Amino acid sequence: MSATTRFEAALSAFDATLTRTRTADFSARLDEVVDPPAVGSPLPFEGVSLDGTDVVTEPTPAQLRDATTGVTAAAFAIAEYGTLAVRSTAGGDEPVSLYPERHVAVVRESDVLSDADAAFSRLADAFADGPESVVFATGVSGTGDMGEYVEGVHGPREVRVLLLEDR
Amino acid sequence: MTGRSDRAESIRHTMEEDGDAVHDHTATLNRNRYEAMASLDGGDALRRRAREIKEDAIADLPELIDRVEAAVEANGGRVYVADDAADANRYVQQVASARDAETAVKSKSMTTEELELNDALVDAGVDVYETDLGEFVIQVAEESPSHIVGPAMHRSREDIAELFNDYFDPEEPLETADELTRFARDYLGDKIRDADLGVTGANFVLADSGTVVLVTNEGNARKSAVTPDAHVAVAGVEKLLPSVEELQPFVELIARSATGQSIAQYVSMLSPPTDSPTLDFDDPNTPDFGGEGGDREFHLVLVDNGRFEMREDDQLRETLYCIRCGACSNSCANFQHVGGHAFGGETYSGGIASGWEAGVHGLESTEEFNDLCTGCTRCVDACPVEIDVPWINTVVRDRLNRGADPDAFDSLVTGLTPDDEPSGFALDKRVFGNFGTLAKWGSATAPVSNWVADAGPARALLERAVGIDRRRDLPQFARETFADWYADRGSRIDDPDAAVTLYPDVYTNYVRPDRGKAAVRVLEAAGVRVDVSPVSESGRAPLSQGMVSTAEDRAVETRAALEPALDAGCDVVVLEPSDLSIFRREYERLLPEGDAAALADAAYSLVEYLTACDTTPLAGDERVAYHAHCQGRTVGELDASEALLDCLGYDVVTSAEAVECCGMAGSFGYKEAYYELSVEVGETLADWAADHPDRTLVAGGASCLDQLDALVDRTPLHVAELLDPET
Repeated sequence: MSATTRFEAALSAFDATLTRTRTADFSARLDEVVDPPAVGSPLPFEGVSLDGTDVVTEPTPAQLRDATTGVTAAAFAIAEYGTLAVRSTAGGDEPVSLYPERHVAVVRESDVLSDADAAFSRLADAFADGPESVVFATGVSGTGDMGEYVEGVHGPREVRVLLLEDR
Repeated sequence: MTGRSDRAESIRHTMEEDGDAVHDHTATLNRNRYEAMASLDGGDALRRRAREIKEDAIADLPELIDRVEAAVEANGGRVYVADDAADANRYVQQVASARDAETAVKSKSMTTEELELNDALVDAGVDVYETDLGEFVIQVAEESPSHIVGPAMHRSREDIAELFNDYFDPEEPLETADELTRFARDYLGDKIRDADLGVTGANFVLADSGTVVLVTNEGNARKSAVTPDAHVAVAGVEKLLPSVEELQPFVELIARSATGQSIAQYVSMLSPPTDSPTLDFDDPNTPDFGGEGGDREFHLVLVDNGRFEMREDDQLRETLYCIRCGACSNSCANFQHVGGHAFGGETYSGGIASGWEAGVHGLESTEEFNDLCTGCTRCVDACPVEIDVPWINTVVRDRLNRGADPDAFDSLVTGLTPDDEPSGFALDKRVFGNFGTLAKWGSATAPVSNWVADAGPARALLERAVGIDRRRDLPQFARETFADWYADRGSRIDDPDAAVTLYPDVYTNYVRPDRGKAAVRVLEAAGVRVDVSPVSESGRAPLSQGMVSTAEDRAVETRAALEPALDAGCDVVVLEPSDLSIFRREYERLLPEGDAAALADAAYSLVEYLTACDTTPLAGDERVAYHAHCQGRTVGELDASEALLDCLGYDVVTSAEAVECCGMAGSFGYKEAYYELSVEVGETLADWAADHPDRTLVAGGASCLDQLDALVDRTPLHVAELLDPET
């Protein structure tokens, strides 16, 4: 099973969908997975951008608070767990991936790593270049503290992955 | 210390108040853990690796502190190493006051519970809001956590709804878990956006990069760390790991052990101050998240508060390896039925709490709950860093015993308590701890001893003086001991295929000789010549009472009794799993170095021996329901028994998925203070037995058999009796 297939299977366990796109079709596919209003942080991948879309970058605090969707890049993904690695960037990946109800993560297919071993190896390489700040986000926020399990607490209630097939 | 009947009343009350909710939650988490660990390839190797990393990190702690100080400062933050709670709280108060902080939001942190940081912040004029929903519930209820991972686990949804409706008086009464969660999220969302200070704990701290690792499912730690401009992370010094290279096993183990998830929803690895833009919700319409919002400020408060002394303490040190996953609580039958409000000290709860409480708050904080650890060892298999939690409890119990005041009871027990223990500590412990002597006397005077002991006035006296609950059936001593029976009978094998020494534990010898006789016949049917070693108590009984030096004496005696067999290269068959377990697990702590290994290597359970000797003509086709003894299970008895019985043709179901300990646990179920809890725990086993009405009940150890005898209509068998060719 390819890493991507495995990733998609893991995502489906918490009702997250994976949408494949080529960079040329990015804006159209993005529209399909964004529920407006949306905020975003700049995407570091060649050939794709949030400029010219309805996704607001550098949002005001009010826009962040009121957004339904937050669009960020994921530095990499862990297929085994359906995990997205989101870095703390100056562009606001951390709050944008956290505050809105829906998180849309843009992932390069070449960054879909098979398992935890591969992910920690990648992480160790990143830390070797200097201290990193990154969150492994898997699924949607949840709690059992109110007597039964409920999804959607302080973090998102829905996750959508947009996979760049040609990157 | 409270009296026995007060303690029984207190436990009864906690069982009624918290028991059902705690049991539902912990039993589910425990089942999930089994599944999650079973599906992890190389799980035990990962636990070993995690253990080694922690051992090294605690050994290197001073150096790791230097390294993290350098790294955090290079990142632009500050590190403060606090000697104790007051020191840590003072520092955080200063950070708050320097920023004129009026409000702080917190993510869940047991270390800040230990410090009582919230009170300190309130004293400094800061309003504190717990953002983990479980912590929020107990903050509103003004309660202490009932579980180190699920602090409000003792409260049902209905309880929480009533609490919130009374406290917040919402326009529409809250009812469902969904409504309660939405309400709390919105309420706390406002507090987080307004907060001047974010306080988190840390699950791990990476020294080389100054990274705080936070593991949560709700996302509250992320928000608390990133939304306010200033972040204070408070962590015990033991949370340090060298670098991200050492983190992987812990990320893979912590959620599996805690909740049965393969990974937690959010594993944040923050090396603050981070690049994330500051957020200013007071200035809602300025682009770029509030614009020029100033620098981020970060403080890492590393807390000693007794930990460096624990590090020097050979017995308590491994407490510092704990990653606070709660698996020892969830796998503990007693904890499942009472929760942390009974099975816990000032801050920590569950099996590991004795180590933490003794280390950070002092021995006296363990006094009320330490006895709730029965030493069953189910947590030993559950712990992701292989901590010997029962040993820590035993050592703490020993220290409590030694601290006890002398009292007048000693003269009553002279002769029955030939131990080296300090005079004056609880009589019940000394009587149970010297069970071997008591059993010898009871058997020698049987049946009179049984009649006298069972008579009403004697039961009242036993309850009053020794704390033996009068509702519990006493062991019936046999007039003819197993050893006497065998001395008369002798071996009936002339041309043996093999020879073994059977270790006659005191229970088999004086109370249940039938299982010893059955074992002899089973072994002989397999062509094995049996010798019986001199009777000796293994040390299990005193060890369970925290009488370590007495246990050492018994261990030396038992080792000497088995010396000829070991010298002759003879295997030793052990019928009582608690004794097999002490030979394999605790003797290396109780005997001089090197003496334990030879016995551990030569000792087999009956089942293991029959499996290994491979000559058995035994067979059966009965349908069996098998409950493994807890300590036996930890040393492999369950797997071995299931495999052998299956191989011999039996149709076997086991209680492994449904039941942890039976609740009897040696003397525990006899004690007045714990009788009702013991029976409550035993009902889980009885329910399981009732689910298999047409099967022969088989149990591993004397305690399990006693508990089943008391709670189930069918007569349970030891595995030797099941296999006995004469029945």
